[in-house]
Amino acid sequence: MGALRQIAFYGKGGIGKSTTSQNTLAALAEMGQKILIVGCDPKADSTRLILHAKAQDTVLSLAAEAGSVEDLEIEDVMKFGYRNIKCAESGGPEPGVGCAGRGVITAINFLEENGAYDDMDYVSYDVLGDVVCGGFAMPIRENKAQEIYIVMSGEMMAMYAANNISKGILKYANAGGVRLGGLICNERQTDKELELAEALAKKLNTKLIHFVPRDNIVQHAELRRMTVLEYAPESKQAEEYRQLAQKIHANAGKGTIPTPITMDELEDLLLEFGIMQAVDESIVGKAAAVA
Amino acid sequence: MSVDTKTRNREMIEAVLSVYPEKSAKKRAKHLNVHEAGNADCGVKSNIKSLPGVMTIRGCAYAGSKGVVWGPIKDMIHISHGPVGCGHYSWASRRNYFIGVTGVNAFGTMQFTSDFQEKDIVFGGDKKLDKLMDEIEALFPLNQGISVQSECPIGLIGDDIEAVSKKKAKQIGKTIVPVRCEGFRGVSQSLGHHIANDAVRDYVLEGAAAKTVEFKSTPYDVALIGDYNIGGDAWSSRILLEEMGLRVIAQWSGDGTLKEMEATPKAKLNLIHCYRSMNYISRYMEEKHGIPWHEYNFFGPTKIAASLRAIAAHFDEHIKEGAERVIAKYQPLADAVIAKYKARLEGKTVMLYVGGLRPRHVIGAYEDLGMEIVGTGYEFGHNDDYQRTTGYVKDSTLIYDDATAYELEKFVAQMKPDLVGSGIKEKYVFQKMGIPFRQMHSWDYSGPYHGYDGFAIFARDMDMAISSPVWGKTIAPWKK
Repeated sequence: MGALRQIAFYGKGGIGKSTTSQNTLAALAEMGQKILIVGCDPKADSTRLILHAKAQDTVLSLAAEAGSVEDLEIEDVMKFGYRNIKCAESGGPEPGVGCAGRGVITAINFLEENGAYDDMDYVSYDVLGDVVCGGFAMPIRENKAQEIYIVMSGEMMAMYAANNISKGILKYANAGGVRLGGLICNERQTDKELELAEALAKKLNTKLIHFVPRDNIVQHAELRRMTVLEYAPESKQAEEYRQLAQKIHANAGKGTIPTPITMDELEDLLLEFGIMQAVDESIVGKAAAVA
Repeated sequence: MSVDTKTRNREMIEAVLSVYPEKSAKKRAKHLNVHEAGNADCGVKSNIKSLPGVMTIRGCAYAGSKGVVWGPIKDMIHISHGPVGCGHYSWASRRNYFIGVTGVNAFGTMQFTSDFQEKDIVFGGDKKLDKLMDEIEALFPLNQGISVQSECPIGLIGDDIEAVSKKKAKQIGKTIVPVRCEGFRGVSQSLGHHIANDAVRDYVLEGAAAKTVEFKSTPYDVALIGDYNIGGDAWSSRILLEEMGLRVIAQWSGDGTLKEMEATPKAKLNLIHCYRSMNYISRYMEEKHGIPWHEYNFFGPTKIAASLRAIAAHFDEHIKEGAERVIAKYQPLADAVIAKYKARLEGKTVMLYVGGLRPRHVIGAYEDLGMEIVGTGYEFGHNDDYQRTTGYVKDSTLIYDDATAYELEKFVAQMKPDLVGSGIKEKYVFQKMGIPFRQMHSWDYSGPYHGYDGFAIFARDMDMAISSPVWGKTIAPWKK
C-alpha cells in the first residue's frame, strides 16, 4: 500500500461536484483502491450515490445528540457503501443558523483523531459550493488535501468560482503544501467549452485533467441513487469516469501552485472566445430609458 | 509648572517614541502631548484602534455593556451569552454595591451564562437561549427582566437573539433586552457603552412597560446617571441631593432597578457623573423628552460645592437655599479632613491613568489636599473628554491617550511621581518600582470616594498609600 492520498473536490454550487466525485471514486474503488469519502456539506449528500441513501447519522448531528463530539465513537459515523467505500458526512446546521464552517472543522478533526484515515489509500473531501469562510477551507489547510480538483464548466460563473478557489489554494500552497490537481470540466454544452476550459487551465497554471461529456445516463443513475459505475458499468459514461480516475491516480505529486487571474483577465478570456461581447462602458449602470 | 517641565515632558515623549518602529511611532505620537493652557483640548487624538503589539489597557464592547452599563441593574438578570470565559471573568461585578437579597430579588453578584459548547456554535444558540430564559424564570421568579449580553461568537454565527428576546418577552411578560455588544466591535469598551445605551433606549425607555409607568411627579425630581455605586459612591452622592431638597427618582445604574429607569423620562433634570458611558442616553432624553442634563463632579469639597450650586441653579430658591445649607453643613467636615492630611500630602505629585470620567474628575479632590497632577490620560476617552479636561489640568501636564504599558512605565520612571492612580493591571508594576499606588477604578476595594463622606475616605486612602513606612524599606540593605 502506498502513502495515503488526500484529495478534494471543489467547485461552484450545482456544478455536479458530488456526482463527479462519487463516480470517479467508484471507479478508483474498482481499481482496488481503499477509499474514504468525507462529505463537508451541511446538506450531507456527498455520499448519497455510494450509500444509496442520504446519510442520516452525520458527525455533527450525532455529536449534538450525544452532547459533544468527544462522546462519539468512530463506528457511529462510518458507513460502508458500493465496493466497500467508507463514507462519513460532517453534517451541520439548518440553513440560516449557526456556523457550518466550524462544523466542518470539528468533523474533520474528529475523523482524523479517531483513526478514520488508517489503512486507506484515498481520502476524498467533497466541499460545498464556494470557499465562503475559513471552515470550508479546512480540507486545503494544515496538510490535509494534497491535490484539489476543481469541477467547472464553460459557464462564466463556474469559471469565476474556479478562479476564486484557486486563490484559496494559492493562499495555503506555500504554508501547507496543497496543490491544484487540475480542472474537471463537466460539460454544459456551452460554446467552445473544451477550448475555454483548456485556456482557463493554462491561465491558472494547471491542466484540464478531463472533459466529462454530458450524458443523460448520469441522471438515470442518480434517480436510482447510484453511480453510473454501478448502474451501467458497461456504458460509455462509466468509461469516461474510469479514465478520469486513472488520470487522477497517475497525477500523484503532479499538482501545481495555481496562478489565479483577475476579473478583468477572466473577462478578456471570455471575449477572446467570443462568449462575451465587449462592454460599451457608456451603458454600464444605466437603467432602461422610458419609451 | 515651568518651561523646563514642558521641555522635559516633550523630550520624554520623544524618547519613548524613539524605540517604536517608524510607523508605530508616527501613530503613537498623535496620542501623547504636553498640555498647553488656553487650547480647546489636550492636543491628542483619541478613540482610535490600539496598535498591534503594544500592551493596551483597554477592554472590549462586551465589558462596556455587561460590566459597566447593564451589570449593575440589580433586579434584572444579565446573561453572558456565549462561551463561559467572558462571563466567568466578569463575574461578581465591579463592586457595584446594591441593596437586596442576592438570588431572590437582586442578582448583581451572580453570574448567568449560556456556556456555549462546540455544538452551540455549529448549530446556533437560539434554542439554548430560549431554554435558559425559561430556567431563569422558574428559578428566580422575582427577576424584573433579562438582558442578553452578546459575546463575540453570537455576532459571528448570526444568532437571532432579537427574535428569541421578543418571543420570550411576550411569553414571560417581562422586559427582555438583546444587546449586540460583541467584543470585536469598536476599538475599546467605549462602543459597548454606546451600544448598551441604545439598547436601554429601545427596550427600556421605548419599551412596552415604560408606557404604563405610574408616577407622581414633583418639581424636584432628578435622576442620577452614570454613577455605578462602586463602593457605595451613589449613596454618598444621593444623600447630598436629598438633603438639599431634591428627589432622586432613579440611579443609573449602580443599585438601580428597571422600574427606576423606566420612570426616568419623568425627571426634571438628569445629573450625569460618568459622561463617557451615559451621555448618549442623556442626550436622547433631552431630545425626546426635553429633559436637560448637567455633568456634575462630586470628588473633593471644592468641586462638590461648585456642582451643588450649579445643580441648584436649575431649580428655585428653595433648592438654592438647600444647596447652601448642605455646603455649610459639610464644609467643616471637609476642612477637618484637609487639616488632618494636607500637611503630609502638600506638594505631592500624582500621575493618573484611568477610564470614563476620572482622569479629570478626581483632580479637584487631589488639589483640595494640596497635591498636584503632573500627568493624566484616558483609556478609551473621546475628543469631548479631552475638551472637558482642559478645565482641570494645568499648563505643561503630560497627556497620554490609550497609553501602552511601556509608555506608562517609562513616564513614571522618569517623572517619579509620589503617587500613581490607575488600575489592577498597572498596580504591581509601579509598586515594585517603589512608587505608592492606588487603584482608581475599584478604589482599591475601599470607597466610597464620591461626596463629602467619600472625600474623607479618599484622603485617608491616599495618605495611607503615600505615607506608609513600607516605602522606606524598599532599598536593599547592601545598597544603603
